[in-house]
Amino acid sequence: MSSKIKTPLEETVDSARRGFIQKTAAVTAAVTLAPGVILHQAQAKPADEPVSSAQRWGMLIDANKCAEGCTACVDGCNKEHNLEGHGRPETDAQWIRKVSVKNRSTGYSFTLPMMCQHCETAPCVDVCPTGASFKRVDGIVLVDKHICIGCRYCMMACPYKARSFIHEDTDDQMPYAPRGKGTVESCTLCVHRVDKDGEDAVPACAEACINDGHEAIVFGDLKNPNSRISKSLKKYGGTQIRADLGLNPGVRYWGVS
Amino acid sequence: MLLLALLLAACGGQPPEPPKAVRQFSDTQACVEPVADMRKNHMEYILHQRDETVHAGVRTRKHSFEECINCHVAPREDGSYPSAGSNDHFCSSCHSYAAVKIDCFQCHNDNPVRPSMLSAGNANYHTEVTDNLVVLEKQEEGGKL
Repeated sequence: MSSKIKTPLEETVDSARRGFIQKTAAVTAAVTLAPGVILHQAQAKPADEPVSSAQRWGMLIDANKCAEGCTACVDGCNKEHNLEGHGRPETDAQWIRKVSVKNRSTGYSFTLPMMCQHCETAPCVDVCPTGASFKRVDGIVLVDKHICIGCRYCMMACPYKARSFIHEDTDDQMPYAPRGKGTVESCTLCVHRVDKDGEDAVPACAEACINDGHEAIVFGDLKNPNSRISKSLKKYGGTQIRADLGLNPGVRYWGVS
Repeated sequence: MLLLALLLAACGGQPPEPPKAVRQFSDTQACVEPVADMRKNHMEYILHQRDETVHAGVRTRKHSFEECINCHVAPREDGSYPSAGSNDHFCSSCHSYAAVKIDCFQCHNDNPVRPSMLSAGNANYHTEVTDNLVVLEKQEEGGKL
């Protein structure tokens, strides 16, 4: 090849091929920063931009990976939001809790974390007399404590017992998780992390679960077909707890039936 | 008129002297908006930002309640921070004089928790939290650095 004199056609093909290879290399360089680090197309939203209904945030929890007796997610959540207890489990705030279930006939038992399921048609939002309980357009169900009057209708309405009432004076709140006596609160899906990191966000419970080596909790965008959570749900399906209520929760489970 | 003046003098005392903020917003501006505007309308800015943040996830730093605290609640000489009830707390120093009750601190922390990352240049940017250390996330044109 090297000794042969190139015809004009071969020259053209070669230069076209070279150009293509160069362009491809350039594109690859732009996308791959380092081995294993690839820039995602989905960037987190700028701070001054409101959230959008193009996303619906959710979680997929694999109960098969959830270890009996492990409370890493609960501890991680408590630490993140500084939910101090008063040694009164009946009334202490509980944004996420571990539930153990046993089938009496087969003896099969498993454990799972239970928290606000961020329902599409949330009963807590329906019953709130002041509009304090609301769903953001990206699917996260929150309490606006500025207008919560502490009536606790939402706590009665929630089939998942996900909400807590703050009975005590609070101090040392985290700046991103203000909380005070006389209001209701629940899992926020770590909304402060979601607003900052978008698709790449890892809620505190999921982070703690990963750090503990279980990786039972996956967070992501249910509306993005390429997200890990959507791909997993498409391939293997997922269970809605109390699906009979038709609430379309944003939190789905594996290994709970 | 004289009576009113007497009455005011009787219950007035000295006008409040709020503690100095930790630093200036910029070389040319003391606070995030002109001081006269802030004195009169600070609650409007906070109220507006409150709804934007809670309901729409807008988390700019300029009118953020957290940044008010970060800058205006200065440490005492011994390094401790005044709590919202005490008169050397920036907010309370004025509010007790004006007899206007503040509800903010029933839920919000009255002391700085994370280092401030607000400056004139990055007022609209996110801050990153890593074990209570704040790292400015550079969102320059052309992507992340």
